[in-house]
Amino acid sequence: MNKEINTNENNFEQCIKCTICTVYCPVMAVNPDYPGPKQAGPDGERYRLKDPKFFDEALKYCMNCKRCEVACPSNVKIGDIIQKARLDYSSKKPGLREFALANTDLLGTVATTMAPIVNGTLKMGVVKSAMHGIIGVDKHRQFPSYSGQKFTTWFRKNAQSKQEEYSRFVTYFHGCYANYNYPKLAKDFVKIMNALGYGVHLMDKEKCCGVALISNGFKKKAAKQAATNLDCIREAVRRGEPVLGTSSTCAFTIRDEYEHILGMDNSDVRDSVMLATRFIFKLIDAGKAKLVFRDDYRRRIAYHTPCHMEKLGWSIYSTSLMKMIPGVDFVMMDSQCCGIAGTYGFKKENYPYSQKIGEGVFRQISEIQPDIVATDCETCKWQIEMSTGAHVENPITIIADALDVEATIAANK
Amino acid sequence: MKFDSIIIGGGLSGLVAGISLQSKGRRTLIVSAGQSALHFFSGSFELYNTDKSYQEALKGLDESHPYSKMGIERVLELASGVPAFFSQAGIKLLGSADCNHFRLTPMGVRKPAWLTLDGYVKIPSDGKFPYKNVTIANLEGFLDFHTEFIAAGLAEQGVNARICSVSLPELDYLRTNPTEMRSTNIARAVKGDVLGALAQKLSAAASGTEAILMPAVLGLESPQAAESLKARCDLPVEFVATLPPSVPGIRTQLMLRSYYQKIGGTYMLGDTVEEGLFEDDILKGIRTVNHADTVFEADSFVLASGSFFSRGVMASQEGVYEPIFGLDVDAPSDRGQWYQEKMFEAQPYMKFGVHTDKDFKVSVSGRTIGNVYAAGSVLSGFNAVKEGCGAGVSILTALDVAEKITR
Ligand SMILES: Cc1cc2nc3c(=O)[nH]c(=O)nc-3n(C[C@H](O)[C@H](O)[C@H](O)COP(=O)(O)OP(=O)(O)OC[C@H]3O[C@@H](n4cnc5c(N)ncnc54)[C@H](O)[C@@H]3O)c2cc1C
Ligand code: SF4
Ligand code: SF4
Repeated sequence: MNKEINTNENNFEQCIKCTICTVYCPVMAVNPDYPGPKQAGPDGERYRLKDPKFFDEALKYCMNCKRCEVACPSNVKIGDIIQKARLDYSSKKPGLREFALANTDLLGTVATTMAPIVNGTLKMGVVKSAMHGIIGVDKHRQFPSYSGQKFTTWFRKNAQSKQEEYSRFVTYFHGCYANYNYPKLAKDFVKIMNALGYGVHLMDKEKCCGVALISNGFKKKAAKQAATNLDCIREAVRRGEPVLGTSSTCAFTIRDEYEHILGMDNSDVRDSVMLATRFIFKLIDAGKAKLVFRDDYRRRIAYHTPCHMEKLGWSIYSTSLMKMIPGVDFVMMDSQCCGIAGTYGFKKENYPYSQKIGEGVFRQISEIQPDIVATDCETCKWQIEMSTGAHVENPITIIADALDVEATIAANK
Repeated sequence: MKFDSIIIGGGLSGLVAGISLQSKGRRTLIVSAGQSALHFFSGSFELYNTDKSYQEALKGLDESHPYSKMGIERVLELASGVPAFFSQAGIKLLGSADCNHFRLTPMGVRKPAWLTLDGYVKIPSDGKFPYKNVTIANLEGFLDFHTEFIAAGLAEQGVNARICSVSLPELDYLRTNPTEMRSTNIARAVKGDVLGALAQKLSAAASGTEAILMPAVLGLESPQAAESLKARCDLPVEFVATLPPSVPGIRTQLMLRSYYQKIGGTYMLGDTVEEGLFEDDILKGIRTVNHADTVFEADSFVLASGSFFSRGVMASQEGVYEPIFGLDVDAPSDRGQWYQEKMFEAQPYMKFGVHTDKDFKVSVSGRTIGNVYAAGSVLSGFNAVKEGCGAGVSILTALDVAEKITR
């Protein structure tokens, strides 16, 4: 019933100038060079529509965290307006650094084959200084290490054939991180789904979701990858399978950014793309599945809500699942940004701000003293591990580690 | 997903209802589309704009007024428990349930108030300003605080005011971008050791006067910064409301929310309730934008979605409507009756809102929905601005409805 009447396709006209968004922008709180969501978003849009020369390059400081949108009482798509403006009006061409940071799957393929060398190299002081000086990737940043074997390689060798023994299936969008950096997460997902009685299919031609391409200014390439992904997703949906992910950012990008930023119609499959924790929780809630946990699993777990998870509104699924584990002492952390925002915090000009933004999260972790910090986003994991030394895991890994596999298989027969 | 009670809207009213229900042992969920009117909070909750006792003043209200629906005795009984209720969440409020005291507006004007946040200037019921000579101190570069207006307002009350402005190096970087010099960004910068420096500067600038009046820009997360500043100043420090956003209002919102979550409540921000699933005049569940096919079910629901500002009620060419369920509203269809020509007169549209029965149950096409209650500024029948009863209605109807649900 709620009708919005706008003359422009983005809804900047809904803004009532209340300034609430500016209160919750993590960047504005630490970087005075950033004009803030109200100015960069709906206010600036009025000018840009008149004349693109009003575009302000300082919009590059926006992390696209969407916390402004979550806070706005008038439903203004502030973050979308800013991202679109950056892609459409910026005259700065992305450089070598942007190329390197944005092409996560290209880089991943090369790095995985040479994992020991790459991991060692990325830790070397000389290399870090060179990257800092020459391409502008901050030298303080610790790089995630690359795994020696891609998840997909492992899956084809060890798991794929067994999947056909099941009668129900899900399709898995593993994303770059689970494939190149942390195959354990993807294996944990397969372990849980199999225990619940579901076979796992991969997409024929999964491409990086494109979030890093979007934030680094490669709109065309992002759209191309999105089109390939959407084709594969449609195929899965035709087979009657939901497409599940284990990264909040990938899920968010495919569901929302493909349409809002890249202008691609995904409405036919949007509802079928979701996080694994949402799918599993809903099965359990409907009495269609059961998770049985080991009784010797004891952990104090603090949950950190990634920005895109906050925007999706889905942390309730991940946290509800972890709370089902009998030996878990669960603490919900305040929802605040950890500062990394994907490739944003890798850039030398953003690094200090990135660490300052994360201070609240780091402080809370040191107060709570958890055994594990749980979070659905891989870049939050890097940032928190690097900045606090805490052990960070995806809820899927936590559930898999606490799972009594045999009992779960039996309960779902 | 099943809860005992679901509250739609997480502003003042929704949070009070949520805390009240959750502490009575209910499993509750709050869904809130965006942030609330508390971000514009003046520092004082208002119950009713009157110089008489509340008992006297509320007698004359129309029977469609939320207070009349509750009954005056009930209003006053619940009102007396409000300071204790907020103190559970660490929020200290001062005032009485018998009659008003006064607050000082950002324009330096004295306005009636029911409960004022600890730390703000509070003028007692007799109207006598507590000091004769004060210093009004602003932070250099902060544009949302008008010392001259306040001084002029105080002069009318027979108070001498010295105006000064103190600078802090920690704020210099904010000043490089004037739109950055906002109350909330100042609050983030002025804490810890900076408070010591501020206390010294304020004390020096105010020597010879009785008290320091400064903008309420300290402490986004807790009242600690303000307390620590006071402890370090030679003179009493009193806070005056700034133009929005309101730091103490945001703090109040955050503290209520964090207390609600601490006692086990689930709060989902940034999600909009889109529709309800009804069965025989009973609401079974709701759907939201973020959760699509997940239905949130509950035995009872509280609609605390605010007024026009928060989109709890909306107006279009066709009329005034409640956007989620299409509930009955109290508003004439003839647009001619919506406004008064004189802008500062009581505007009829201010009273528009969701129609309820005496128990605050809502209705669709005249049929009462047995398990949905409305609370707070979404209700019809009162003018929050003219009557000065916004927070009173929001808090008291929420407490009332929570009791009705658990009874
Ligand atoms: C600008 C302003 C300043 C005020 N200042 C004062 C003051 O200083 N003192 C005073 O006594 N009174 C004041 N008032 C009166 C005010 O109405 C009350 O004090 C009170 O804050 C209102 O609380 P509420 O919870 O009823 O509504 P709101 O605070 O408006 O909260 C409603 C919430 O519901 C959410 N919502 C709406 N639709 C949906 C949906 N479909 N799904 C999910 N969530 C939804 C909104 O996002 C919002 O968060 C002020 C009012 C305004 C508008
Ligand atoms: S919060 Fe929304 S309505 Fe308010 S100023 Fe920001 S964009 Fe505009
Ligand atoms: S998306 Fe995040 S960084 Fe960008 S304006 Fe909004 S709150 Fe600020």
